[in-house]
Amino acid sequence: MALLEVKDLKVRVEEREILHGLTLTVNEGEVHAIMGPNGSGKSTLSHVIAGKPGYEVTDGQILFKGEDLLEMAPEERAAKGVFLAFQYPVEIPGVATMTFLRTALNAQRKARGESEYSTPDFLKKVREVSKSLNIPQDMLKRGVNVGFSGGEKKRNEVLQMALFEPSLCILDEMDSGLDIDALRIAADGVNALRSPERAMVVITHYQRLLNYIVPDVVHVMSRGRVVKSGGKELALELEASGYAQFEAA
Amino acid sequence: MNVAVAKTGSGRAVSDLFASAEGRLPGSPGVTAVRREAFETYERLGLPHRRIEEWKYTDLRALMGEVLPLAATPDAAALKRAVEAVKAHAIAGARKLVLVDGVFAADLSDVKPLVAEASFKTLRETLARDAGLLKTASTDAVIALNAALATDGVVLSIADGAQLSAPIQIIHVATAASASAFTRSQVTVGKGARATLVESFVAAGAAAYQVNDAVIISVGDDADVAHIRLMDDAPDAVNITSQFVTVGANTKLNFFNMTTGAAVSRLQGFITLAGEGTELSVNGVNLLKKTEHGDTTLVVDHAVPNCVSREIFRAVIDDRAHSVFQGRIIVRPDAQKTDGKMMTRALLLSDEAEADNKPELEIFADDVSCGHGATAGALDDSLLFYLKARGLPEKQAQALLIQAFVGEAIEQIADDGLREHVIGIAERWLERRQ
Repeated sequence: MALLEVKDLKVRVEEREILHGLTLTVNEGEVHAIMGPNGSGKSTLSHVIAGKPGYEVTDGQILFKGEDLLEMAPEERAAKGVFLAFQYPVEIPGVATMTFLRTALNAQRKARGESEYSTPDFLKKVREVSKSLNIPQDMLKRGVNVGFSGGEKKRNEVLQMALFEPSLCILDEMDSGLDIDALRIAADGVNALRSPERAMVVITHYQRLLNYIVPDVVHVMSRGRVVKSGGKELALELEASGYAQFEAA
Repeated sequence: MNVAVAKTGSGRAVSDLFASAEGRLPGSPGVTAVRREAFETYERLGLPHRRIEEWKYTDLRALMGEVLPLAATPDAAALKRAVEAVKAHAIAGARKLVLVDGVFAADLSDVKPLVAEASFKTLRETLARDAGLLKTASTDAVIALNAALATDGVVLSIADGAQLSAPIQIIHVATAASASAFTRSQVTVGKGARATLVESFVAAGAAAYQVNDAVIISVGDDADVAHIRLMDDAPDAVNITSQFVTVGANTKLNFFNMTTGAAVSRLQGFITLAGEGTELSVNGVNLLKKTEHGDTTLVVDHAVPNCVSREIFRAVIDDRAHSVFQGRIIVRPDAQKTDGKMMTRALLLSDEAEADNKPELEIFADDVSCGHGATAGALDDSLLFYLKARGLPEKQAQALLIQAFVGEAIEQIADDGLREHVIGIAERWLERRQ
């Protein structure tokens, strides 16, 4: 079943059109990679799906589980199961990671009409997940992402993904700023979350990440459109030939 | 010659204020003379207005209009209403001293356990013999008016070396609408003593009342004092408080103020560091909404060398509210090696919110480390989006960021229980926004 349907999406930032009619369908259980050169609109697509302000959708639609995503506030999208792992997770001094995680999880559950987690149940859940991601407990006591290394920030994103159990995960340039060991830990965390009900959209500039998170479908974006789609071998092909052939088009 | 009687907006003659109150004001004949002189000073000056530099941002003539008549002495019904308010605002375990409409209420207070550890009198008792407490070296009209009309207050003395086992909480309760309460208190902390003082200003059903409080604090050498002031008056009340603080040598004084109430409020603190090696920490949070006006004006006077002062202020300003922070650090010529820093930040939650920050350094010594910083701005959109993308509704995301913003000042409260109490007040303020 189609989880995410992006149809002929046109998006402007200020007066400039960034996406010129983008179409993309992601089914449950699939992992899609979106590759493309800088400025092709990859991050814009991820921001528009998550509901970041500052983007004007001039045409097209985004359906999530058949519902119009563009009508929803960012927090409603999160509660419905959309999760964006940020390329640059923000630091929030003064808000303890643990407080943030519990507040966010319970806000999502409340929005869905589910019971909120009690503190002991929540702590147990966080401990389990953070252990598997190699996140030390003292990191959770610190301000959200405050003083975290690039790798720690990305692991914190994966931790949230594991806690919130979204049905659609969008990973925006997860590999940026990570060394190979940090990348492997984060990718292992993501792979552990692959399931028949959950879909993932992995946005990346480089093929490297796809060695660790192996996609079912690879899309090439250029100038605000998907210009080619194929299997995982497409990523290798791009690695060899580069994006130039698509940019010329 | 102009012989017109000065009148307020409502047509009441200013002089009536004193004439109608005089019969109720405690004190010996000597005290009455001091009061009369103070009232003449007030009559000559009138309420402070914007052309007086210290009151530039808080024009009381415009904001408060007139001084309301003195509240009646609380009757049994008023005291009964006050009981509920005291219960709601009492700090667990604290020894309470309760002033209802400006009059000490012994039945609502914990005098007995308190006098086992400190000496206590009311202002009324003190004034029977001595007018000294009504005299302050100040030319401020609101302070003169306080001297003229103070009906009661607490006079506390903590002996040298005393280690108080519980906080002392002075609770000012307003039960009388459209009336004024004038209080004046004195707290003396002896050498080597350790004490926690909490002051709370609350309403028991009263509206549109005015509070004018003065507190004279003297802390001896080698002492350790925590002083917390919680101003949670009714939303249409006025609260003007003046503090005069003198601190001895090698002492730690940690002050925190939280403003969550009153239509118009001003806390003016005059703190003199009179002994070397003292560490002063003065912090505060203003949480303002609607058309509230909250002013914190502080003068920290480094009169001697080798003292440290730190000031951290946070204002959260919603709707059309207006927050004022004026902080002056004076370093006298002899006060070498002074280390004085002041940081004030305002968070504007609406386009119509206003913050005025006026830091001033007056440095007359040449070997000092002093600095100040002031910022004003809105919540960071990128942080808000991150929180919303994780499922937090707008107001809840804001609340989390606001708590973090004020947290830096609240964290300065060392006592866990008191800090939690203050965090609770901030949380309830934020819940009311949602």
